[in-house]
Amino acid sequence: MNANTQTRAAPGAPSRLSPKLVLGVFLVLLVAAPLVLPEFYVTLLNYVGLSALVALGLVLLTGVGGLTSFGQAAFVGLGGYTTAWLTTAQDLPGWLAFIGSSPWFTLVAGLVLTATVAVILGSVTLKLSGHFLPLGTMAWGISLYFLFGNMEFLGGHGGLSGIPAVSVFGYELLDNGQFYYLVWAFVLAALFTTRNLLDSREGRAIRALKGGMVMAESMGVDTSRARMVIFVIAALHACAAGWLYAHLQRFVNPTPFGLHIGIEYLFMAVVGGAGQVWGALVGAGVITVLKQWLQDILPKVFGSAGNFEVIIFGVMMVIVLQRARDGLWPLIAGLVPVREAPKAIDSAAAPLARKPQPPMGETILEARDVTRKFGGLVANNNMSLHVKAGEILALIGPNGAGKSTMFNQLSGVDTPTSGDVLFRGKSVAGHSSREIAGLGMSRTFQHVRLLPKMTVLENVAIGAHRRGSKGVLPAAWRLDREEEARLLREAAIQVERVGLKDFMFAEAGSLALGQQRILEIARALCSDPCLLLLDEPAAGLRLKEKQALAELLRRLKSEGMAVLIVEHDMDFVMSLVDRVVVMEFGEKIAEGLPAEIQKNPAVLEAYLGGV
Amino acid sequence: MDAEIIAMLGQDGVTNGAIYALLALALVLVFAVTRVIFIPQGEFLAWGALTMAALEGGQFPATVWLLVGCGVLTLAVDAFSATGRRNIGRSVLWNLAYPLALAGLLWGLPIAELPTAARVLIALAIVVPMGPMLYRVAFQPVAEAPVLVLLIISVAVHLAMVGLGLLIFGPEGSRTQPFSEAQFELGSLMIGGHTLVVLGASVVLIVALYLFFDRTLYGKALRATAINRNGARLMGISPALAGRLTFFLAAVIGVLSGLLVAPITTVYYDSGFLIGLKGFVAAIIGGLASYPLAAGGAILVGLLESFSSFWASAFKDVIVFTLIIPVLMWRSLTSHHVEEEE
Repeated sequence: MNANTQTRAAPGAPSRLSPKLVLGVFLVLLVAAPLVLPEFYVTLLNYVGLSALVALGLVLLTGVGGLTSFGQAAFVGLGGYTTAWLTTAQDLPGWLAFIGSSPWFTLVAGLVLTATVAVILGSVTLKLSGHFLPLGTMAWGISLYFLFGNMEFLGGHGGLSGIPAVSVFGYELLDNGQFYYLVWAFVLAALFTTRNLLDSREGRAIRALKGGMVMAESMGVDTSRARMVIFVIAALHACAAGWLYAHLQRFVNPTPFGLHIGIEYLFMAVVGGAGQVWGALVGAGVITVLKQWLQDILPKVFGSAGNFEVIIFGVMMVIVLQRARDGLWPLIAGLVPVREAPKAIDSAAAPLARKPQPPMGETILEARDVTRKFGGLVANNNMSLHVKAGEILALIGPNGAGKSTMFNQLSGVDTPTSGDVLFRGKSVAGHSSREIAGLGMSRTFQHVRLLPKMTVLENVAIGAHRRGSKGVLPAAWRLDREEEARLLREAAIQVERVGLKDFMFAEAGSLALGQQRILEIARALCSDPCLLLLDEPAAGLRLKEKQALAELLRRLKSEGMAVLIVEHDMDFVMSLVDRVVVMEFGEKIAEGLPAEIQKNPAVLEAYLGGV
Repeated sequence: MDAEIIAMLGQDGVTNGAIYALLALALVLVFAVTRVIFIPQGEFLAWGALTMAALEGGQFPATVWLLVGCGVLTLAVDAFSATGRRNIGRSVLWNLAYPLALAGLLWGLPIAELPTAARVLIALAIVVPMGPMLYRVAFQPVAEAPVLVLLIISVAVHLAMVGLGLLIFGPEGSRTQPFSEAQFELGSLMIGGHTLVVLGASVVLIVALYLFFDRTLYGKALRATAINRNGARLMGISPALAGRLTFFLAAVIGVLSGLLVAPITTVYYDSGFLIGLKGFVAAIIGGLASYPLAAGGAILVGLLESFSSFWASAFKDVIVFTLIIPVLMWRSLTSHHVEEEE
């Protein structure tokens, strides 16, 4: 797409549209639609809006967070039934009758109820890995559906009717054209807040979920909380859609809240492009219109009344997933070239507070007799080592010596079977890697763990997660901009510090492997650590890059940073580090200055098989 | 509630549980080998049962046309892919010649006068080949995709199959003749012959599967694929073949369960889904990995269902599907592990 637009453009001035202009045109069309379109299409647009609201929740949950839910229709049902029951039931106790007196109160009641149910279901199902979660959502999706249909007071399978209209400032929304504005106000608010949320500290934490739990936790992100947050947000979106649905139809029954509709919502998110905020709108539009069209056309073609649209839907889904797994939004976005402004970095933003740095020479990390057994296998046996502030320690050893296991014990990813790990004099064995990260230990990974679709700057900013505090609501309504500017400034400083300034706004996935390793160091530095654990930082680097890395590490050391590196490149290690610990078969076989280690007979034996 | 009712409900529960156990085994098998969570399992059950019903009614089963259609589609997919073209001869044989030959054969046979055994064989011959065809068309092109993509495809296939089911069978349900009308008296308890057939068939199938996986080369190839796909591939086991074979077995199990369940309850075009999901609950109890646990879970689901339909029949399904939540909780508490490097 880039190539096309640029050849068409006048020389020097790429003809890209300003995002504000595109948004403006969209809003004008949206406002004008009910004034010019026939009633039928306005009704259709109302349903598109309702579905888009649910699909938007799924974009956040599935597309961004990687948690698949087939059960969203049940949350729509919770919203719909709550308002239907409260506003129509007779002889309710006083306070419930009061809530039922206005649809706006029942909206709040529905949201509270849905949040409660979502927290309960989430605390049970969100811990499940991968495919168990979607299966779990199917199960409670069906359960809630049958519950709606079998509760006497909810009208059984017949449902509840006579739901009152919604009033806005005393003005009753009675026809579809009026209700249209209410629906789309909800959709726009949801779009706006979701987009804001994704572009914030909490948003980066949510996007980090896809990069693996270990990485996110090591950067100080509370992953179970982040999962719960998006689960509840998605449920609340669905609940709001249910409330709108009930007051649009003025009638509810269990059918639109069944599992099949839940599946349809997921299809919308996938077809539109799960992971794209606007994809939800596209997906909801395409599926709703297509469904309507198929229901009109197919019986005329095939004669009898069958469930043809379901067949076509299923087949279409298979084709979309086989051929265009990113959905339709990237294709549409390609047709309208919108100018993308790089994120502004405010160099005048106040610097972030720093932890007091330990004095030079203080022992930062100490491992005492750490032993880790996997069944009968002893991966680490009585390993002891220590690192001081202003010192670089190398942990070396042949493949399979147990270095990575040791690394995991130190960083809190794994717990030692016996022995202790002290960080600044405090025992941290058995603590989570998130807590340890908060104390000032930060790490990189042997197999690079970045979010390839995010920019270098944003990836680095994940490291500063614990240095900010603004939560989901301020982020959604843009009340976090001051803190965000400070976080981004810090990230930019670290990017420059490691020498990646030219790639600040490039996608992390487009960098060479060596640069990605350097990026991980910048991310680790962003958390304001006093100890860096680097897992093979020089692998894949060219000579110049290695020299730059060594230079950076020396500078950090002179500032009082403690560094522990695991590395195979002996030239790099021996010229850089202060001390070396050598491991073999899970045990320490030597410790000392680089020059001593190079002459140590046990080390030569281990590396060269005897001389 | 007296002992007689308990015994009767227990018998019901165990009978249904045996069928759920079969489905659970198939689901565990398919997931282990292909990583597909096989939602359309229930459709094979429904199509098997309804094909049997059509045969009993002396009608020409419409599923044959579906088989012909599936075959043509599979052949087309083969013809458009490089690997498919290499074996195009075999593809024409299985995907075009076989369905047409079967259709021709059925056209000539006096369907109304066939013995039960022949009907069972014909139902299997019609519905089972659609299993491997389905794998070829829907799953083989994306065999390496993440589990979630496979799951969504699986759900999409399920939707399409339910739609097709309504189209060819119509909205009416059917019940078939039991395989045995005999009644046995055991103390004060009457045991239906069909119950014994269901239990016997389940045990035979489970033992047969065990022998297949333990004693035959193909069975071992499937096990190897389940443990390590790449390793198996390096040993010369084709993942595509493993996938088709697995779907073949799953379809056999699905159709047989359909034949067993149809005399007990009325089967509609969309009944398969709920029955299949109950198999799922059982499979999840086994963690989608353990066959004996899954079978045990299935009996538990069957018993829970029959007892809850006695006490609170409206909430029968609510109870069964809510059961999954404590099970999942228990699963999530017992399976803690350090995330592996990918």
